[in-house]
Amino acid sequence: MSEIANTIFSPETAARFDHLVTIYPLKRSALVPMLLYAQDEIGYISDAVIAEIAQRIDLLELDVRNVLSYYSMLRTKPAGKYNVQVCTNISCMLRGGYEILDHCKHKLGIGHKGTTPDGVFSLEEVECIGACCWAPAIQINYDFHDDLTTEKVDVLFQMYRDGLSPNTTGKDVK
Amino acid sequence: MPSLVSHPDEVKVVSRRFGMGATDIDKYVELDGYKAVQQAIAKGPEWIITEMKASGLRGRGGAGFPTGMKWSFVPKQSEKPKYVLVNGDESEPGTCKDHVLFLHDPHAVIEGTMIAGLAIGSKLGFIYLRGEYRYLLKIVERAVADAYAKGFLGKNIFGTGVDFDIITQTGAGAYEVGEESALMESLEGKRGVPRIKPPFPAVVGLYGGPTVINNAETIANAPHILLMGGEAYAKLGSERNGGTRLFGISGHVERPGVYELPMGYNLKRAIYEVAGGIKDGKKLKAVVPGGSSCPVMTADEIDVGLDFDQMGKAGTMLGSGGIVVLDESVSIVEFALRTIAFYQHESCGWCIPCREGTDWIKKTLTRVYNGGGNKKDVDNVQYLAENMLGRTFCPLGDAAAMPTIAFVKKFRKEFEDYVEGHKAGTPIITVEQLVGAH
Amino acid sequence: MADVTLTVDGKKITAPAGTLLLEACKSAGIEIPAFCYYPGLSLQAACRMCVVRIEKMPKLQTACTTPVTEGMVVTSESPEIAQARKATLQLLLGNHPLDCPVCDAGGECELQDMTFKYGAADSFYAEPKNHREEQKWSPVVYFDRPRCILCYRCVRMCGEGMDVFALGIQNRGSSSVIAPNVPAQMSPDDLAHVDCEQCGMCIDACPVGALTSGTYRYKTRPWEMNHVSTICTHCGDGCKTTLGVRSTTDGSEIVRGDNRDKSGINVDFLCNKGRYAFDFANNEDRITQPLVRQPNGEMEPVSWEVALDHVGKRFRELRDTRGGKSIGVIGSNRTTNEEAYLLQKFARTVLGTNNIDHHRTADYVAFARALAGTTDRTASLNDTLTAPAIMILGGDPTIQAPATAWNIRTNVRNNRARLYIANSAEIKLRRQAKAFAHIAPFSYGALASFLAGDDSAVDALTHSGADASSFHDFRKAIRAEESLLVLLGSEFRGADLQRLLAFGKTLPNRKFALISDYVNSRGAADMGLLPDLLPGYTPLAGNTTFAEYNTPTAPGLDLLEMFEAAGSGELSALYVVGSNPISRYGVDPASLKDTFVVVQDMFLTETAALADVILPAANLYEKSGSVTNSYGDLQLVNKAGDRAGVRTDFELIVRIADKMDANMKALVPFGKGTRADMGQSRGAQSGEADRHAVWLSANNMEPKLSPFDPFAILDEIQRLVPGYNLLRLQLLSGNAQHLQPAVNANDLVQIGNRRDLVLPANDTLFTSGTLGRYSAMLSDLQHNESLRPPTGLTQIQTAAD
Repeated sequence: MSEIANTIFSPETAARFDHLVTIYPLKRSALVPMLLYAQDEIGYISDAVIAEIAQRIDLLELDVRNVLSYYSMLRTKPAGKYNVQVCTNISCMLRGGYEILDHCKHKLGIGHKGTTPDGVFSLEEVECIGACCWAPAIQINYDFHDDLTTEKVDVLFQMYRDGLSPNTTGKDVK
Repeated sequence: MPSLVSHPDEVKVVSRRFGMGATDIDKYVELDGYKAVQQAIAKGPEWIITEMKASGLRGRGGAGFPTGMKWSFVPKQSEKPKYVLVNGDESEPGTCKDHVLFLHDPHAVIEGTMIAGLAIGSKLGFIYLRGEYRYLLKIVERAVADAYAKGFLGKNIFGTGVDFDIITQTGAGAYEVGEESALMESLEGKRGVPRIKPPFPAVVGLYGGPTVINNAETIANAPHILLMGGEAYAKLGSERNGGTRLFGISGHVERPGVYELPMGYNLKRAIYEVAGGIKDGKKLKAVVPGGSSCPVMTADEIDVGLDFDQMGKAGTMLGSGGIVVLDESVSIVEFALRTIAFYQHESCGWCIPCREGTDWIKKTLTRVYNGGGNKKDVDNVQYLAENMLGRTFCPLGDAAAMPTIAFVKKFRKEFEDYVEGHKAGTPIITVEQLVGAH
Repeated sequence: MADVTLTVDGKKITAPAGTLLLEACKSAGIEIPAFCYYPGLSLQAACRMCVVRIEKMPKLQTACTTPVTEGMVVTSESPEIAQARKATLQLLLGNHPLDCPVCDAGGECELQDMTFKYGAADSFYAEPKNHREEQKWSPVVYFDRPRCILCYRCVRMCGEGMDVFALGIQNRGSSSVIAPNVPAQMSPDDLAHVDCEQCGMCIDACPVGALTSGTYRYKTRPWEMNHVSTICTHCGDGCKTTLGVRSTTDGSEIVRGDNRDKSGINVDFLCNKGRYAFDFANNEDRITQPLVRQPNGEMEPVSWEVALDHVGKRFRELRDTRGGKSIGVIGSNRTTNEEAYLLQKFARTVLGTNNIDHHRTADYVAFARALAGTTDRTASLNDTLTAPAIMILGGDPTIQAPATAWNIRTNVRNNRARLYIANSAEIKLRRQAKAFAHIAPFSYGALASFLAGDDSAVDALTHSGADASSFHDFRKAIRAEESLLVLLGSEFRGADLQRLLAFGKTLPNRKFALISDYVNSRGAADMGLLPDLLPGYTPLAGNTTFAEYNTPTAPGLDLLEMFEAAGSGELSALYVVGSNPISRYGVDPASLKDTFVVVQDMFLTETAALADVILPAANLYEKSGSVTNSYGDLQLVNKAGDRAGVRTDFELIVRIADKMDANMKALVPFGKGTRADMGQSRGAQSGEADRHAVWLSANNMEPKLSPFDPFAILDEIQRLVPGYNLLRLQLLSGNAQHLQPAVNANDLVQIGNRRDLVLPANDTLFTSGTLGRYSAMLSDLQHNESLRPPTGLTQIQTAAD
């Protein structure tokens, strides 16, 4: 049974999930996308999310936990409204990725996987995000920001803080 | 938005429509889009596979397996449905070519998927993008929807009576899922742990059905090959390495970017001419030629043609086409540590040598880096890597071992000097920065 | 498949094509090490210990995933291979706590053995090891993460083997961890737990000490125990359990139960009861002195001599004054065949009564009668592992007969056996079933008729959840099976059972088994603990087999009739051996007020509480003999534990008979004219005597010097009981042998309207009749179970094909 009576998701997301389980040869294929979309809406993968997704896909909750703990983008604790993901992998490192990370830490006053007290920003050091030729690069939620300098980071943070998400790479989905 | 670059030496095949607004389906059609697939429908699978074989196209993900041959391995008769799976889980550090491809020419990937489907007798294709590429997924989803709206996908495509569907899929952060069998596991809603081979995906793949899995760039080449003819495509490249390839040049160069160069193009020239040479006039120290898993080349080793065979002969690999350039300021100890830290983070943990090996190399190099190492540690790192090589469940172990061995062997003196000189030295970056993260 | 020939280490070996190289080598005596490989479970190739060199292959290959092919040339040991294995071990040991001196697995650890073999003694690492606290996942399952080598055997055992899926793999890379299904944050005590069947198979499969059992943890070392293989007392499957025994001041204590050598009828399997529920033997409430009720009503401890004298005198007196017919005897489902046989012989030839019965948990009388005169119609437990098609009607093997359920799951998984289930409940095994017929409650009689061809019976089966066509389809499918193993639950009794079997035996290649509840429920019936039938279901009247008994030919009182007789003052004495009818049948205790009651038991049960004499008895783990499981598979019981102050039921029956001045040579045909010792080899040394007897038997010598020797009675069973023409060597070797009741069809007299006295035990996975109440571990598990509402175990739907 994929349609859930008391869903914890918005009607749009619930409808999307109702559809998602129908498109694959096996509905379990919907699991990874569903977890990611659920996180986009709820902010993290809560126990309630696990329970509902398990029910939608006819899986044990343990199965869902096994899978979600494998993928590094999925988290079981809330993050900030804007999750700043700084790439420090080789190409970014060569072009100042660690300076950007240090700057973010200093500017936001938080460390890796930390969240600012106001809940606006969280910070994460991440592995290669596929922006090597435009390094150093970060992602804020799903938005890429590349060819960065510490000054550009300051501007970005201010814009996010002001609610003007600088839509460089398409609509922010969060 | 990633900026586009260009250079006169480029031969634009797969990047032909970059920057031309081809995400728009009408524009794509105007630029010869969806012609190849219609020819493919008309001429049939034999013809497609013959052209693909003639093109000499080899897998652009990094393994370089001949694409036409891969398609021909799929059994003609199968009780279970057959599938095409496009690997857009681009995660190899130094690699961002598929990023540009999805951004500028998503329809080429769709059309290529359809051609692969026609070649093997499949009616359903999947395009899997890494989770971080959400904005690209939206572009691809839009393109797929447009293709359905035009009747290019779905039932009775182009009015020919042929059916073909495409499902787009997102990952959620896992390098290992780029391995083809782990990719299938992930697509089936499981942990991205590879499968035992044999059976190979061409026989038992997704949902147990025969499956062709190709890198996005490989697939996007298919329509071009059919339009220009396999032989013409082959001629663009070098011997046994047909066509052109997207090379992402990053690191310490003046003009980093994704360039399409003929197979066999000289690496030194790519760095000094195409990418504008070493940044700020510094000296070249080393090159990681095809993504982080390729053994490093020293500055005097790079006068070599960029194709699978020549790079193999040079003791390294062509890999994913991500050329990472290191200038004289780079500490190889730091670079080696950052590389192994990545593999340690991304090891799926399934098999002992990779799970424990990457972890111990990282721990040892971390100590070395922070000034607590000695010469024995350098030996240990090499011993650990050599005992990982060829012994792991999937290629990730090799991908971690090969560069490690190369760093230690080719820059042994630097390692030894480092442990001598950094007994109480100040690290360039802190441990917390490097490893506390993971 | 055809055989192929390959060369391993220069030696030519043959194996069927497709056999895994590791298995082919094992069959040829070449051991290839492996942590993750476990026969019958899915392949992993994760530990990389089984790497071998195969000619023409570029890299070392894993023997656990490589099928043998013709002409393959393999090297299984070489410096290169040894180095690969050593390197793997070095990596594992880098983070291993090396707490072998206190680890339960020490001495039985595959990591230890491999390290010993490949010598990975040097360590390269200066970094501290990752320490994690031990976790208590349940009263019986403890997890010590640093010891875990991530072979995933436990995960597969739980999921594939048990179909429970309580263990998973979480995180990735070096953070990977085995995780139980109740995470800490979902648990009232903020600790992770496992919600499962508590079978302990994960512990069994663990090659190291990462998973340890709550009963055995930190108790002793493997080499300090004697390991005695015997048969579990708890259910009708009769699994072999190996009991680890250690000497104490008052006997020898059982410290561990496990499936050590996997040589039993249960092969790989052992459930929680077989593994942990031996602890009743060590319960402090055990009675260890004979008790006799004094004129003031109090029970007082007395010497054995006084107690037995009292019982013998009273029995003789009551028999002589009020007649044998005034005495009742109730036997046990947990005593050996020899004891059951001796008890009914004692009742019939010494007490002179047919008033003998036991708590019947399945109708073996109807079963034997319906199949009388047939051959090859009864199934062995082994057949459930190999039959291409199995049908289960009624019952719930998962709970009632876990080894049966294990075998069936294994058979479905590895051999693609087709499983058909008809049940009024949605039993767990339906997940493996090709077809599940969900019948209406209480419609087993109709099911028997319908399967036997009566279409009109289908109406009684249907309900809102299942229409008539589903039952027709089901019947069609099973009829189409060329051969079929039919397992029957105790719901099928009397006329229903006979009707079903009468029809079933007209079809070719149908074999049957009737599932009952305790270790020797079948043996109790086979041995004639019945008021109307002699051993082997031989009628009382007109038989020649038991002519020497000189038994009254009129049927005696059944169990309930005995209590009715007691209530009306007609039962002068009641002799209860290892049974608790007062509780089981809800008998009014007052009904026994005028009856002389003798109870042999371990504990002060509801029945024992009413006794005039209580004789402290040994349990099944403290004696030797044989038992017969639900299927009719005969197995050897070996004495493992010992407790000062208790006696086997066998010895007690003999000694009471002796006190009644019975003809001992007639009762127990021991020795050749020698009157052997009466006591000096008892007590803590009796195991020696029994072992000595086994040794003598095995050497074709005359062992029966003692009237307490069960083998003296086994001889008589073999001689007289139809169907028990057993192979002595087979039995003594610890192997099971399948027996079929072979009562002569001509001998059969139909006894009309037998009373249905079948009362299934209705045990759960964590209960075991009265005995189970004295197992601290079972009590803990019941309590543990009560803490959590049932979770998802039943929600997965798995297709079997």
